[in-house]
Amino acid sequence: MIELKAIHVVFAVLALIIVVFSIMTVTTRRILRAATYLLFVLFAVAALFFQLDYQFLGAVQLTIYAGGIIVLYVFSILLTHGVGDKQDLPEKKKVIPALVASLGGLALAGYMLYQETFPAVPYDATDPDMKVVGAALMGLGEGGYIFPFEVISVFLLACIIGGILIARKR
Amino acid sequence: MFDFSIVTSWIDSMLRGVMPAWAALTIEYVLIGVVILLVYALIALSLIYMERKVCGAFQCRLGPNRVGPMGIFQAVADMVKMLIKELIYIRNSDKFLFKLAPFIMITASVMAFGCLPFGRGLHVLDFNIGIFLLLSVSAVSIVGVLLAGWASNNKFSMIGAMRSGAQMISYELSLGISMLTMVMLAGTMSFSGIVEAQADGWFLFKGHIPALIAFIVYLIAGNAETNRGPFDLPEAESELTAGFHTEYSGLQFGFFYLAEYLNLFIVSAVAATVFLGGWMPLHIPGWEGFNAVMDYIPSVVWFFGKTYLMIFVLMWFKWTFPRLRVDQILTLEWKYLLPIGLFNLMLMAIIVIFGLHF
Repeated sequence: MIELKAIHVVFAVLALIIVVFSIMTVTTRRILRAATYLLFVLFAVAALFFQLDYQFLGAVQLTIYAGGIIVLYVFSILLTHGVGDKQDLPEKKKVIPALVASLGGLALAGYMLYQETFPAVPYDATDPDMKVVGAALMGLGEGGYIFPFEVISVFLLACIIGGILIARKR
Repeated sequence: MFDFSIVTSWIDSMLRGVMPAWAALTIEYVLIGVVILLVYALIALSLIYMERKVCGAFQCRLGPNRVGPMGIFQAVADMVKMLIKELIYIRNSDKFLFKLAPFIMITASVMAFGCLPFGRGLHVLDFNIGIFLLLSVSAVSIVGVLLAGWASNNKFSMIGAMRSGAQMISYELSLGISMLTMVMLAGTMSFSGIVEAQADGWFLFKGHIPALIAFIVYLIAGNAETNRGPFDLPEAESELTAGFHTEYSGLQFGFFYLAEYLNLFIVSAVAATVFLGGWMPLHIPGWEGFNAVMDYIPSVVWFFGKTYLMIFVLMWFKWTFPRLRVDQILTLEWKYLLPIGLFNLMLMAIIVIFGLHF
């Protein structure tokens, strides 16, 4: 029972980090700071995966979000913003619709969470090794991800071609 | 061969005997953290001394020779100087991000450092996905470089950070593909599995042609990834003063300096582990007597010997080749290294499928 408590403490700390930095991400007026706080949120989510002993997903989270998406964000912010730039405060007439939309979203999400019954799933501590993950990604049969994998590949190829088309010299 | 897990499991059982499990675990985590940071700092000091001596030798100088015998305390003296220097914050910079950037750099490199197998049973993070985890945590250091360059509010820092970011993102691809080639040969991503698989010959010999190509691609990409050697464009002194860390002073500059040298160590250690067998002694199948003699050399000595050999090779690169231009760096990666790496991946797949390796 005492082991369970230590796990609860770690989870509480991570959850607190996620909540605090998520709020700071949307309330800060400096855009690069927002990206940095988002980075902290993504780190804490990766830490949650590590806490669940699912290291593969944790490492994927670090690679794709922290190493990929955030670097892309920071790169584009670097090219377009200076150090002193601050986001303008929202206009008065936009505040009320925004408040309604966000409160409505919160109510909807809260209702869904409240309705959902979380069944106790047996804890599976085995970490899938490389072969299992590879077979699942490339599998054709039950639980195989070959179709979404190929769709995303074609989509990314189209994105790359589009980028080159925009960037090429005439 | 001595197994270090005897020592660690003895400490673990002793702690668990006198206190509850969670307290024992907490104490062990703190102990491991302290030991890792201590080893990290000591290795950085040794590398700074080594760099200055190697540089001196290549330039027909003596290198540091005043502080202590052969100048071995020079790096310690420099460290003390750096610790007591003033931290200067410039006006109109983003102070929060300015202070945060060195910590992101150092955290990324300490986490990657923790993944390394230092000897038999001497391994902090031994996951199923060891190499993947190492690559993913070291990718975080790019964020630190970009933040440092932007938060300084200085055009030299900014250009340095952009160059560094572009270079690190590009060369990460080649690094990942050469690692993937070797993972294909090993059949596992965990470092302990990779080292065990080399008990009957190192991968550089077992994988022959594709392993050699992957080794060379890895060395070039790894050298570029550490922003050193002929790829030190991001901090080209003659044009950018010091690149992304121009505005940093004192200990904050020290963090960047430390992370740079430790990244050199990590790149070399991964090269030593994946291609040269890590802590596994030199074993030649059939030569039982020779293998038994080699087993008497401790695993830690093998690991550090190979790693420092690779570090020497990378320093040799640095002090031999002149600096490349930005367009040359990107051309080298996208038009040469990446196609070679992809072709090599195919070659390794053919060799593994048909069992043509030793």
